[in-house]
Amino acid sequence: MTPFPFTAIVGQDQMKQAMILTAIDPSIGGVLVMGDRGTGKSTAVRALAGLLPKIRAVEGCPVNSPRLRDVPEWVDTAGTRVVQRATPVIDLPLGAAEDRVTGALDIERALTKGEKAFQPGLLAQANRGYLYVDEVNLLEDHIVDLLLDVAQSGENVVEREGLSIRHPARFVLVGSGNPEEGELRPQLLDRFGLMVDVASPTDVETRIEVIRRRDAFEANRAAFLRRWKPFEDSQRRAILDARKHLAGVETTDDTLRDCAELCIALGSDGLRGELTLLKAARAQAAYEGATRIGRDHLRQIAAMALQHRLRRDPMDDAGSAIRIHRLLDEVFGPLADAAE
Amino acid sequence: MTWDSASLAARVLHVAGQDLGGMWLRARPSPARDTLLAALPSGIRVHPAISDEALLGGPDIAATLAAGRLVTRPGLLETHAVLTLSMADRCTPGLAARLGRALDAGGKTLIAVDEGEDDATPPTALTERLGLFVTLDGVCLSDLSPISPVDEKVHDLYAKAILPDPVRDAIVAASVGLGIVSFRGPLAACCCARAIAAVDGRDCVTEADAAAACQLTLAHRATTLPEDEAPENQPPPDPPPDQQSQDSGTEGTERLVEATRMALPRGLLASLVAARSKGATQGTAGARKMGGPRGRPLPPRPGRPSAGRIDLFATLRATAPWQTIRRASHHNDPRPVLIEPADLHLKRHDTRTERLIIFVVDASGSSAMARMSEAKGAIESLLSQAYASRDHVALISFKGDGAAVTVPPTRSLVQAKRRLAGLTGGGGTPLAAALVEASHLTEAARRKGQTPTLVLLTDGRANIALDKTANRARAAADAEQVARKLRQAGVPTLVINTGTRPSPTLRPLASLLGGTYLALPYGAQDRLRAELT
Repeated sequence: MTPFPFTAIVGQDQMKQAMILTAIDPSIGGVLVMGDRGTGKSTAVRALAGLLPKIRAVEGCPVNSPRLRDVPEWVDTAGTRVVQRATPVIDLPLGAAEDRVTGALDIERALTKGEKAFQPGLLAQANRGYLYVDEVNLLEDHIVDLLLDVAQSGENVVEREGLSIRHPARFVLVGSGNPEEGELRPQLLDRFGLMVDVASPTDVETRIEVIRRRDAFEANRAAFLRRWKPFEDSQRRAILDARKHLAGVETTDDTLRDCAELCIALGSDGLRGELTLLKAARAQAAYEGATRIGRDHLRQIAAMALQHRLRRDPMDDAGSAIRIHRLLDEVFGPLADAAE
Repeated sequence: MTWDSASLAARVLHVAGQDLGGMWLRARPSPARDTLLAALPSGIRVHPAISDEALLGGPDIAATLAAGRLVTRPGLLETHAVLTLSMADRCTPGLAARLGRALDAGGKTLIAVDEGEDDATPPTALTERLGLFVTLDGVCLSDLSPISPVDEKVHDLYAKAILPDPVRDAIVAASVGLGIVSFRGPLAACCCARAIAAVDGRDCVTEADAAAACQLTLAHRATTLPEDEAPENQPPPDPPPDQQSQDSGTEGTERLVEATRMALPRGLLASLVAARSKGATQGTAGARKMGGPRGRPLPPRPGRPSAGRIDLFATLRATAPWQTIRRASHHNDPRPVLIEPADLHLKRHDTRTERLIIFVVDASGSSAMARMSEAKGAIESLLSQAYASRDHVALISFKGDGAAVTVPPTRSLVQAKRRLAGLTGGGGTPLAAALVEASHLTEAARRKGQTPTLVLLTDGRANIALDKTANRARAAADAEQVARKLRQAGVPTLVINTGTRPSPTLRPLASLLGGTYLALPYGAQDRLRAELT
C-alpha cells in the first residue's frame, strides 16, 4: 500500500521535525511519539519510509551491508554488486516471537538438508534503517530487553546451541503509543533520542484540511501523490543537503557549556541527554544551513531531546515540556522576540 | 437505536466494510442480534483468548515433519477478510493492538460483538478503529424486518459517490462539536455517508445521508454533547462553540450534531465515558501478571528448568527440527530423541497478582498521633488477614518538609508494628512530597507485579511545596499536579478525611485522584477496614 506523503501531513510539526532530524543524523537514536489515538502517529512513520533517501547496499545481503567486505561470513545469499535500495523501515509486530526478531535456525534447511543455517530476523532487516514499534508500551518485556541490548551495542548476537552468529544491527528505533495504555520502562524511554507528544488539532479549519487531504488521497492516490511529489522531492533534497552539511557545523565551547548547564539544571540522568541535545541541535543547524550551533537551535529541540529524561518524578508528563521551556528562559535569558 | 438504522449499518458494512474497518455491535444476545449478525458479511469467528499462532500464523510442525519441508500455516488474519470477534469486551490490550494493526494495514473488516454489559467495553484501541457503532437497546421483536442484500450496482455507486465540500466540512465541525479528538471519527463518517448514498441508489451525498452517517459513526465517540452539561469528570471540549460559527455549514453542523444526539440512548454516553475514564485503572482484585505457576496458560518460552515447570510439548516441538542435524553428528547416540538444554521450554501462566495497600498518613500538626494510631489499627487488622487476601501493606508518613517510607511493603505484622512505634509527628503538611513518594512506591510495586492501592489519611490542606518552601498556593498546585499524574497511572485511591470537623478541601483532591472520598472522624477503624476489603 502506498503511504500517505510525509509533506502532506497537516500540522504535527514537532513530530515531523523529530523524524527529519533522525533522518539527517541517525545516531541521534530514535523517536518516541506518544499521543492520542487517531492523530496520525503511524501515518507519519509510514510516510517517512517513502521520503527517506535510498541507501547503497550489497545485493541480496540480509543485513544491508554497504560494502562487499562488510557482508557477514554466514551470509550465502549475497551477490557481488552494490545496488541502491530503499532505506528499510521494518515493522516490529507486537506478537513477534523472539526467533522472529533476532533470527534463528533456518528450519527448512535443517529439516530437509540437515544443514545448520541462520535465518535472519527483523533486527537484521532493520540494519541501517528504521525499526518501528507501534503500541510500544505493550511490547512484551523479554522483547524489550532484547531491543535494549541490541540498541546499546549496535550488534545482534545470537548464541544458541549450535548457532553462534553476530551481525550489525544499527537502526533508528521509532516507537509510538498511547500513554493511557501504560508507562514505558525508564530504560527503554532513555533509549529514544527524541520524544514528542502529539495532540489532535482542535481548530475546525485545520481539521477540515486534514480530512480534505485524506479524502483526496483515498479517492485518487496516483493523482494525490503526483501533486505532492515536488514537495516530497524538495524535502528529500533538504535532508540530503543537511547530511552533507552536518560535518561542517561548528560546535563552540559555549554551546557545550549551554548543553551542560541545561542538563544540570534539569537534573537529567546520565550524559545521554547532553549528547542527544548536542546532536539534535547540530542536525537542526545543518538543516537550516547554519555554520554553527546557536542558542535558537538548542531552544527548538531542547524539549524533544530532554523531556523524557527528567528524573522520574510525577510532574514529568504533566508539564515536562513547559518546565524545559521555563528553564531555557532561566539559563539562556528570556527570548528577545517572544513572538517567535 | 432503531432497527432501521441497524439494518442500514449492516448494508453499509457490506459496501464499505474494508474502508470503515468494521462494526462495534453492542447488544445482549437476542433475536435482534442474531438477525443482524446473519445479515452482516459472514466471517470467521474468533474469541478473545485466541493465540497469536492462530491469529498471525506460524510454522505447522506436524505438516512440516510429514512433508520434510517447512510448511507454514497462515493465520486467520491472512486467510479471512472478515472476522467476527465475540465477547469483545474481554479482549486484551495486546489482542486489540494486533487486530488494530491488521485493520490499519487495510483490507480487513472486523465485527466486534460485546455483551452490552454496563461497564464492560472493548479496548479503545479497537473501538477507535471500528467505523460503525450499533446498539440494539430498545429494539423489540415486532420491529424486526428482513435486511435486503446489496447488489453490485451499489458497489459501483459507492466507488464514485461524491461528497460535496460543505457536507464534509459540516461533518468535521460536528465531530469537533461532539468533542471527538481522533480523526478516525470524521473519516469514518465521510466514508459511511458515501456508502449510505450508494445504498440509496444515488451518487451524491446529501445532508440527510451525512446525518445518518454521523449517527452510525460518531455517536459512540462523542465525549460531550453540546446541549447536555458535560459529565463532570470529563474536561470540557477544547473548541469553544463560537469557533464553529465562522464555519460555512453551521446550520448543517447543528443538524448533524442533533442527529447524532438522537442516536444516543440516555445513559449510554455516561456509561461509555465511565468505562473510558476508568481506562487503565484496575479494580481491587489485583492486576494480571505473567509467569506465575497458576492461571491461564500463555505461550511457552525457552528457559532453564530452575525457573519454572517444563512444557514437554513445546520442548519437543523445539527439538524436532534439529533431529536430522544432531543425528548426523551423534551417530551412536542410542537416545530416540536428542534433546539439548536449549530446547527446554517452560510453561507460563497469566495470574492475578497480589495487592499492595499503601497508607499515606499525615503526621503533621497536633492530631498526628491520633491519626497514626488510626492507620496503625487499620494496618494491623489488614495484616492479620493478609495471608488470605494476599495483601501487602506499606506506610508513608509526611510531616515537616518531607515524606518518608516508614513501613516499606511488607506482610509482616511484627515488622510493621516495630517501625510504626518510633514515629513522631509535628510540622507542616508536605502533601505533594508524600504523593511523589507514593507514586514511586506504586511504580515499584507495579514493576514487581503487585497492584497498588492508595489510602490517604489527612485532615488538612497542603502547605509545603515540593521545593520545601512554605507556600500554600504553590503547595496546592504541586499536590494537584502530582495527583493528576497518579490518576493517569490508574491507581485506585481512597482519600480519608480524619478531621474532627471534616473540611471540604479534600473532596476536590479526591476527585482529582479519581478516588473515593470518605469523612471518617476518629474511632472508625472498622469502617476503614470495611472500605478496604
